[in-house]
Amino acid sequence: MRPRILPRQSGVPPACGGALIYRKRDMTGLSIENISMRFDLPNGTAVQALKDVTLHLNEGELMSVLGPSGCGKTTLLNIVAGFLAPTEGQIVMNGHTVTGPDAERGMVFQKGALFEWMSVRDNVSFGPRMKGQKEAQYAAEVDHLLEVVGLQDFKEKAIYELSGGMQQRVALARCLANDPDVILMDEPLGALDALTREKMQSLVLKLWKETGKTIILITHSVEEALLLGERLLVMAPRPGRIHKEYRLPFADMGVDQDLREVKKHPDFATNREEILGMIWDMEEEIMGRTEAAQ
Amino acid sequence: MIPILIYIAIFIGAFFVVKLVTAGTDRHDFTSLKTVTFGDESAVVSDRKASIISIIAIFVLWGAFTGSALLPSFLHAPGPYVGEGSFTYTVETADGQTDDASVTVIVHPADAPVDEPEVAPGDGFAKDDAVVVQAYRSKLARLDRNDEIGRDEGAKIVAVNGQSIEPGGSVNTDFGRVVMSQRGTLNIDPDKGWQMEPIWLPAPENVFERLGEIASEGFRNFTLWEHLGYSLFRVIVGFLLGSLVGIPLGYAMGLSNWFRGWFDPIVEFMRPVPPLALIPLVIIWAGIGEGGKIILLFLAALWIMAIAARSGVSGVNISKVHAAYSLGASKWQVMRHVIIPNSLPEIFTGARVAMGVCWGTVVAAELVAAEKGAGMMIMVASKFQNTDIVIMGIILIGVIGFGIDMLMRWAERILVPWKGKS
Repeated sequence: MRPRILPRQSGVPPACGGALIYRKRDMTGLSIENISMRFDLPNGTAVQALKDVTLHLNEGELMSVLGPSGCGKTTLLNIVAGFLAPTEGQIVMNGHTVTGPDAERGMVFQKGALFEWMSVRDNVSFGPRMKGQKEAQYAAEVDHLLEVVGLQDFKEKAIYELSGGMQQRVALARCLANDPDVILMDEPLGALDALTREKMQSLVLKLWKETGKTIILITHSVEEALLLGERLLVMAPRPGRIHKEYRLPFADMGVDQDLREVKKHPDFATNREEILGMIWDMEEEIMGRTEAAQ
Repeated sequence: MIPILIYIAIFIGAFFVVKLVTAGTDRHDFTSLKTVTFGDESAVVSDRKASIISIIAIFVLWGAFTGSALLPSFLHAPGPYVGEGSFTYTVETADGQTDDASVTVIVHPADAPVDEPEVAPGDGFAKDDAVVVQAYRSKLARLDRNDEIGRDEGAKIVAVNGQSIEPGGSVNTDFGRVVMSQRGTLNIDPDKGWQMEPIWLPAPENVFERLGEIASEGFRNFTLWEHLGYSLFRVIVGFLLGSLVGIPLGYAMGLSNWFRGWFDPIVEFMRPVPPLALIPLVIIWAGIGEGGKIILLFLAALWIMAIAARSGVSGVNISKVHAAYSLGASKWQVMRHVIIPNSLPEIFTGARVAMGVCWGTVVAAELVAAEKGAGMMIMVASKFQNTDIVIMGIILIGVIGFGIDMLMRWAERILVPWKGKS
């Protein structure tokens, strides 16, 4: 079943005093300012996970982050989410400095972040419920989102009864139901099989276009990064830093085209080869350095 | 030894018989198509037929070796000799005269004593005798007491049933055997058979009869239900108090450095101490009343529940906590909606262990000192050699322990259906 974005039913009252996910807001976007992260290990040495990362995301931008393992992309995401405090620098969002996790920055995890003790519907309505909203306030929005991700028939099912792809759709809907300004995705499709993954990629693109959210997506797959990145950030390891940034047309193309058609675009293959080569070189360099150290 | 060998023989025999009987009816399920089953745990399922035969075998053996009336008599193991038998003995005097006398041996069951009959003395200087022996017992008989020339006059018994006998020797007779002691006295030793004496192991129907009797009349001023009910009541109160303190303590240890540091040494020290080892101290401090028992069970459940709750909190996937915070949950909401539900499966596992330990501990504590309770019942019964009550008590204790575990599993399925499924 291919998830479809359905037009909002008329006559349904908008939740929490306004359209939840269609409204574009005035905001200054997300600034990552001179972020450095150093982990001091118990044995006295220190690991420089990130060094001087600076970046600005405008509202509604879709950015994918790619890099070899150990380049600090997950650390960067955790800092933006507010789970980690950087050793230097700051994250500024909508004009204020980030000090901890907040509902304005939603996160979609690779797996295992859903609440097994709640039904699909209760998972999706978790954010509104934590804000103290009543059933009547969030019901329409939650049902609408479940329809958008194609789970309207699974509302009352338990999480462990769903397949991996369905679980990730629940995670996506749960994040959207909370109406965050920025959605952070930590390899959300990494655990899915190739076919489900492709369907989910289309879904992410459509949700992005429909909702106009700012999205940062971490991935290991170069193809996924090209498809789901208006901006594509390649990071280099040791210390983690921005290596190169691309601005790509494929995400916009993918919104109303089949993703397989997008992949046939001549520039797609060129970019893929270039980035693959880049990451390959970095991996080689890590290997070389490790061998030299031994 | 013989029952064990028979049991092993039934085990092996039943295997081949069942295999032979079911040989034509191959199963057609997925497992039957597996070519590799040795080492594949999922291919091993409990064989219902084996379970049924196993239970039947135990009861049949029990019945066979106690002469149970529930079994047809051809299945009984040979019982003790009961009835009348006789033998003759030959006396030789110091000057070489010999004379024979016959002895009537009457073997009676323990619950049907008989009087020693009068016997005509017969002729010769050795006189005939009668000896009454209880089944399973033997009796030293001074047969020369009524003889004209007895042991004190230098006569001695030299043969039984015509076979010569010496001190330390024995002669087989129709009722069993006759053994001569070192001092020359004959010991009448009727055949004991292979059955167990009721004082060691009563027949199954006697145990059930006793169950009915105690259920209606009670035991030691309390009805059976009061005995069992008090044991259960102590377990439940002790367990609930232990959970009431242990679970919050475990949560605190899972959430706070200070709590973990403070209580870790105590919990880690107390956990390996068997609750039974605390019984003497608890009796010294709190006496043998309800208070002492409940304190003991509280202590038995406390550490188990604290550790279960602690590992339930530590086991939470950090992604779930992070997800809850970035969905806008407060600390209290994370606790209420993430940490507590996430720890429930662990707490249930702990509760099952704790209930089992508490049930075992309460019975042991009642064995030591109690006025009522399942353990006290079997302890007192054993002092009066009421083996049937002891066995009945053991069966009831087992049934209740099994019932508690089933109940906990059922509650677990209803209350934490997501257990083991994330």
